Amino acid sequence: MEQERSIPSSLLSPRSPSSQPCLSVSVTDPVKLGNGVQAYISYRVITKTNFPEYQGPEKIVIRRYSDFVWLHDRLFEKYKGIFIPFIPEKNAVEKFRFSAEFIEMRRQALDIFVNQIASHHELQKSEDLRTFLQVEEETMERLRSHDSGIFKKKPADLMQLFKGVQSKVSDIVLGKEKPVEESNPEYEKLKHYIFELENHLTEAQKHAFRLVKRHRELGQALSDFGKAAKLLGACEEKAVGKGFSELGAKSEMLSIKLQKEAHELLLNFEEPLKDYIRAVQSIKATIAERANAFRQQCELAETTKLKEINLDRLVLVRSDKAAEAEVEYKELKAASEEATKRFETIVALMNQEIIRFQEQKTLDMGLAFHEFAKGQAHLANGVADAWRSLLPKLEALSVS
Amino acid sequence: MMMDSENQGFEEAQLYSTRDQMENLVVKEQLSSKSFSNYRSAMSSLSETHHPLSLPTILTPADSDPLLAPTIDRDLRNPKASDRLFSEPFHFSDVNSVSFDGNNFSDVNGVESPSKSSESSGGLSRSSSSNSEYIQITVSNPQKEQDVSNSIVPGGNSYITYLITTRTNMAEFGGSEFSVRRRFKDVVTLSERLAESYRGFFIPPRPDKSVVEGQVMHKQEFVEQRRMALEKYLRKLAGHPVIRKSDEFKVFLQVQGRLPLPTTTDVASRMLDGAVKLPKQLFGESAMTPQEVVQPAKGGRDLLRLFKELKQSVTNDWGSSKPAVIEEDKKFLEKKEKLRDLERQLSAASQQAELLVKAQQDMAETLGELGLTLIKLTKFEHEEAVFNCQRVRAADTKNVATAAVKASRCYRELNAQTVEHLDVLHDYLGLMLAVHGAFSERSSALLTEQTLLSDLSSLKSRAEKLEAASSKVFGGDIARIQKLEQLKESIRTTEDAKNVAMREYERIKENNRSELERFDRERQADFLNMMKGFVTNQVGYAEKMSHVWAKVAEETSSYSKENN
Repeated sequence: MEQERSIPSSLLSPRSPSSQPCLSVSVTDPVKLGNGVQAYISYRVITKTNFPEYQGPEKIVIRRYSDFVWLHDRLFEKYKGIFIPFIPEKNAVEKFRFSAEFIEMRRQALDIFVNQIASHHELQKSEDLRTFLQVEEETMERLRSHDSGIFKKKPADLMQLFKGVQSKVSDIVLGKEKPVEESNPEYEKLKHYIFELENHLTEAQKHAFRLVKRHRELGQALSDFGKAAKLLGACEEKAVGKGFSELGAKSEMLSIKLQKEAHELLLNFEEPLKDYIRAVQSIKATIAERANAFRQQCELAETTKLKEINLDRLVLVRSDKAAEAEVEYKELKAASEEATKRFETIVALMNQEIIRFQEQKTLDMGLAFHEFAKGQAHLANGVADAWRSLLPKLEALSVS
Repeated sequence: MMMDSENQGFEEAQLYSTRDQMENLVVKEQLSSKSFSNYRSAMSSLSETHHPLSLPTILTPADSDPLLAPTIDRDLRNPKASDRLFSEPFHFSDVNSVSFDGNNFSDVNGVESPSKSSESSGGLSRSSSSNSEYIQITVSNPQKEQDVSNSIVPGGNSYITYLITTRTNMAEFGGSEFSVRRRFKDVVTLSERLAESYRGFFIPPRPDKSVVEGQVMHKQEFVEQRRMALEKYLRKLAGHPVIRKSDEFKVFLQVQGRLPLPTTTDVASRMLDGAVKLPKQLFGESAMTPQEVVQPAKGGRDLLRLFKELKQSVTNDWGSSKPAVIEEDKKFLEKKEKLRDLERQLSAASQQAELLVKAQQDMAETLGELGLTLIKLTKFEHEEAVFNCQRVRAADTKNVATAAVKASRCYRELNAQTVEHLDVLHDYLGLMLAVHGAFSERSSALLTEQTLLSDLSSLKSRAEKLEAASSKVFGGDIARIQKLEQLKESIRTTEDAKNVAMREYERIKENNRSELERFDRERQADFLNMMKGFVTNQVGYAEKMSHVWAKVAEETSSYSKENN
């Protein structure tokens, strides 16, 4: 079930293989390693590329789930404004059981995750991605454990914490207690849309999952019914006995088809819906980041303003502290400008990203719908054919 | 494609009408889940004979019968809505799903219509001998009535009566349409009298006295369930070629006023007489008629007889004395064993059938819910669309949603018919009770015969001894001679009784045999019909669904990886 998603966004024009820059990744070959609680799954990550920064046309490395998490977290920190693909949830319970289906679904989700990064025109240039795809396992492990320590207490966070306290104090002093938010109606609409969308999708995914279950249940019921019919046929005679035997056999055969379709549905319909939800959640994370950036920008602007007023006052009274104050003011102004720039970058990126998201999702869902419909049609055909082939036999038995 | 779907697809009105249809689906779902739970409770106890709600109306000519109590019928399935939603060309599967109902539902209810009996070999098994005969029974109009005669408590003792309407062209009835009012007690009486008169026949079991087991039910629900059960029972009786012509049945259906059949309470008063006769029985000097003797021993009047027959059956079991007649009919015993097997497998198959029905039901439900959710998503995406690709996505989603709803409807309809077909299994399971009853009549008749034979032989040996003893005394001993005379009288009576018992046993044996033959024949035909109907339905609906989904696959084929 390897899927090479080397196709970047459909916005690119048709290309010839050699000239067009291409980065194609596949996550394959899940292998269970370790024992008991320490057990984990390792994956083979195969990179095929003609990017100059990469070591050669093909590289294979071994990675585990926490490595993917590392990549995600780093990208999330560095590319604010871009919707970083969400990582499949760390499901502790399922992991413990490590069922074949769980492993396959996780592998597929990780494959999609990496490919979405590799096909994003900005993210694919990331150094962290390169690291992830190229370095040896020992290096990777070092990076991962090193970062997991510090990353939890990011300096940026501390600064924010400090600044947050500062601004809260000044807010209270200045009589403003409401958290600062953008007053952009279009953006408001977008936020509302995103939150609503998540609700709708979650409901759809719930039903999609139930549909998978129903297929399994119907398959089981057909299998049991088939067995019972066969037994009934065994104690009946002549035509009826044969009839029941045939009926039972067909039932059992169809049960297998249904189980197969259940599996297909899970992978081709439910999983894309889950992926859609993950994409929405990554947008929500970006929305949070944007809110943070906006607040920072506002606070720094406020503080800078105050500092300026203070400075002017000091200059006026020819205070000794004026020089020091001027330095502070200049620093603060620079920080404020940077914060504004950060915020504006995020806004610009988000606008681009939303377009990309919408277009990508139309393609993704279109494909998912297609596979869903195809699978159901295929199943229905199989069912019709199987039962139809029984009819002439039953007719013949009726006459005899 | 994008432009078109924008224009035609997204009128609020149409989407809202779709929602109404969804809600109709939900309503229907509640109704049919009720019918399913009825089906399930019917499954759980063999002797229950009531049908799922959806059953009687759809197939019988009584569909338009105003006398029928209100049940779900096809109108609720919203044919107009389906036109709006399913604008497909005429399809083979449409024919299948509708017209095959008549063909393939094997009518264990015994309701025959002239149109049905004229159908080809796929038709009813019973149409062969009685092509022109027609009898249709409906039970309706439950009413509360007061029992004025025996009221100890003033105003107490009320009961429900039902209107029983018969339409027939059978000569035996001397009328083509008539109605009577009967209460449940009358039905019990009818079934008991039939059991007495038709020993050895496979008489369909009557509805339970208490349909409700530990369930709290509204009186109305209970009455409705009982009405259905009664109707089903009477129709089954009407389906039996011999019983439908019985006096008891005719009287039940035709005679106005009080049911002129002896009730079991009358038998109890006979028990009182029996108690008087007991001393005579004890001394083997019964003044009973042979006919009374051949009825199986029941409590009360037949204490001694029960005791004797018990002794006899013990004797039979141990085989110490050689009774004249043993059930040596090996073929019969083999057949009995086979039927026991059949019953076991039938029960298992019936249970699995129920689970299959449930699984199809659940599938229908979930598909419907998925469709509904996707419709909501469609509407949302379309309303909030900023980019065109969102409208495209909304259109795609709508296609899938519509297909899911259609598929859900297919499964629902398929299931309604699956229930009817597979219900044949359940019906035959019920009939096995009747078979048991018929076989046990045979056993008890045999037992009676053997008891009498044994009695006879012991009487005769006593007589012999007495004769030998008295011949030694010249001129005879008056007391002894009298005794001998009495014995000889007993012997004659017992001899007569034995002959009657033998004839009765043979008669029951013959009834068993002919019924078994009919049972086998009809079962073959009914089961094959059931299978054909079931399979045909599956084909029809699978084709329909395949068509629905293929269309969506076609419409979304541009997204497929092969085409990129």
